[in-house]
Amino acid sequence: MLNLLNLVVSGLATGAIYALVAIGFTLLWQTSQTINFAQGEFVMLPAFFVLAALNVGLPFWAAVVVGMIAALVLLGVTFKLVLVDPMLRHGVLPLAIATMALSIFLKDSVKEFYSAEAQAFPSIVPEGSLALFGTQIPLQSIGVFVLAVAAVVVLQQFLARSSTGRQMQAAAQNPTVARILGIPVERMILYTFLINAALVALASLLITPIYLAKFTSGETLGLAAFIAAIVGGFNQVRGAIVGGVVLGLVDNLAATYVSTQYRGAIPLFLLIAVILWRPQGLVGRAEERTV
Amino acid sequence: MTGRTKTMLAALALAAGIAALVLVPLLLNRYGLYILSMWAIMSIAAIGLNLTLGYAGQVSLAQGAFVGIGAYAAAIITTQGWPLVAALVVAVALCFVIGWLLGYPALRVQHHYLAFVTLAFSTLAYLVFRNEEWLTKGIYGITGVPRPTLFGWPLAAPLRFYYFCLAALGIVFAGAWWLVRSPWGRAFMALRENPMRAMSLGVDTRRYTLMAFAIGSSLGGVAGVLYAPLVEFIDPTPFTLGLSLNLLMMVIVGGSGFLFGPLLGALISVLLPEWLRFSEGLYLIVYALFVMILLAWSPTGILGIVDRYLARRRARAASAARSAAMPEALP
Repeated sequence: MLNLLNLVVSGLATGAIYALVAIGFTLLWQTSQTINFAQGEFVMLPAFFVLAALNVGLPFWAAVVVGMIAALVLLGVTFKLVLVDPMLRHGVLPLAIATMALSIFLKDSVKEFYSAEAQAFPSIVPEGSLALFGTQIPLQSIGVFVLAVAAVVVLQQFLARSSTGRQMQAAAQNPTVARILGIPVERMILYTFLINAALVALASLLITPIYLAKFTSGETLGLAAFIAAIVGGFNQVRGAIVGGVVLGLVDNLAATYVSTQYRGAIPLFLLIAVILWRPQGLVGRAEERTV
Repeated sequence: MTGRTKTMLAALALAAGIAALVLVPLLLNRYGLYILSMWAIMSIAAIGLNLTLGYAGQVSLAQGAFVGIGAYAAAIITTQGWPLVAALVVAVALCFVIGWLLGYPALRVQHHYLAFVTLAFSTLAYLVFRNEEWLTKGIYGITGVPRPTLFGWPLAAPLRFYYFCLAALGIVFAGAWWLVRSPWGRAFMALRENPMRAMSLGVDTRRYTLMAFAIGSSLGGVAGVLYAPLVEFIDPTPFTLGLSLNLLMMVIVGGSGFLFGPLLGALISVLLPEWLRFSEGLYLIVYALFVMILLAWSPTGILGIVDRYLARRRARAASAARSAAMPEALP
């Protein structure tokens, strides 16, 4: 039972990170039909920006700022202008495959130009643990969960309350009508790319202290984000949150109670089951299909 | 240029290509032959994926898993002393059935959802290869996969085995050529272009979708059956998701929906690391950049560029002919 509490807490923490990554993923899909197969590498990369800044001799907080800015510029603006914009008119598949190539490019660039070894990464949440119901809960899990939830709440409020947020929603739901109403759709799409970059950078800062910085660490994360997005509902921010948390819990509990060997298989079964029986996701709306 | 000379030119180019594939290997060493054999095998798998993706329009990220299933079938069966033909039959049947079943989600969901279902299958297959030690020997792999004999003629030598792979590629290519021109191929293309219209015209879209998956997957199995005796050692590492992604990129880079596309894509993917050997680890970076630039320029791949160029020239020739014919038509 005590063990279970520990598992649930760490499951919630990883789940919250999955949710951050999955939200960015669904935002890109909604506003610009981009299926970003490099999303996992987008999470892996900001940690390396921070490490590079630390190597130059900057203090940790400055390195985090540099990493954040680099993520916004490279993974937000450059990604949109250089890769997505020229390819968007060709349809969904060529762009999806280009992002697969991008993921190889990013992974091997880090391996070649930084290091193939796993790197330690300083935690932005204090170390130590909290005694609760007679078991030790690591502060890191709690801090990660709180920060991720805070980020999601802020984002939700921004999208629902602010004028820009509403314009972004309108641009995502119906670009043509949004344009007629005078909403600068192009700029709104750029904002979603920036938000995605900020979310993956935050996820990177939160998860890298736990799993170390390595060029391959995006592979599992990217897959987890896809699964979270689909399980929750591909066309809803809400869905990505539910999907992320469900996946984090299932992943952690399955590793202990089912089998470590087939730990990776449980989320996949969940994915296939959801796609077959509830393709709109657990909390998603049914998407109108165009033929 | 008249149609007749063009057909003759095409036939000549084809003959030159075949001659090169038969004669050039005589000059190659053991390693060169290995690379060329690998090209033939990957081409077979990519031809299968091209039928599913390029002709029937169904995205699959599982072709690497089918190559794995074929390779394991061949490794397990031939190390038990059975001939490779038995392995071929088992692998094709197995991949056909599994591919058929994998097609069912395609009846319900499209595009990205389908990509993720097949991606999940691919990862599951890898886990089975790695964990079911009683069958696959797990991470230690199966060693000593023998090269086959054909009608009592041993194919152990690299050159002979290369010709064996080339012949297999020839048969598969001819089969694909025939299939695409048959009513089945036309039904596949109707499925790709407009499934709703195909259905209203009486094409059994359900059956053809499943068929597209089953046939494409069984060609993946064929490639695997040849892969095992080529490498002579099978472990789970080559059959990760990476292989499926790589095969998908081969089809897209070469030109999906073109018969020669997979051959060209596989050639680039297999040979590029060799050409860029001097750059050590950089070749994957260069390859990824190349794919991105190519797709931004021409989403239909290399053959798409050729196709557009020919179409433009034809259009220009036609308009020239029209304007030449015009004065005579006028009174």
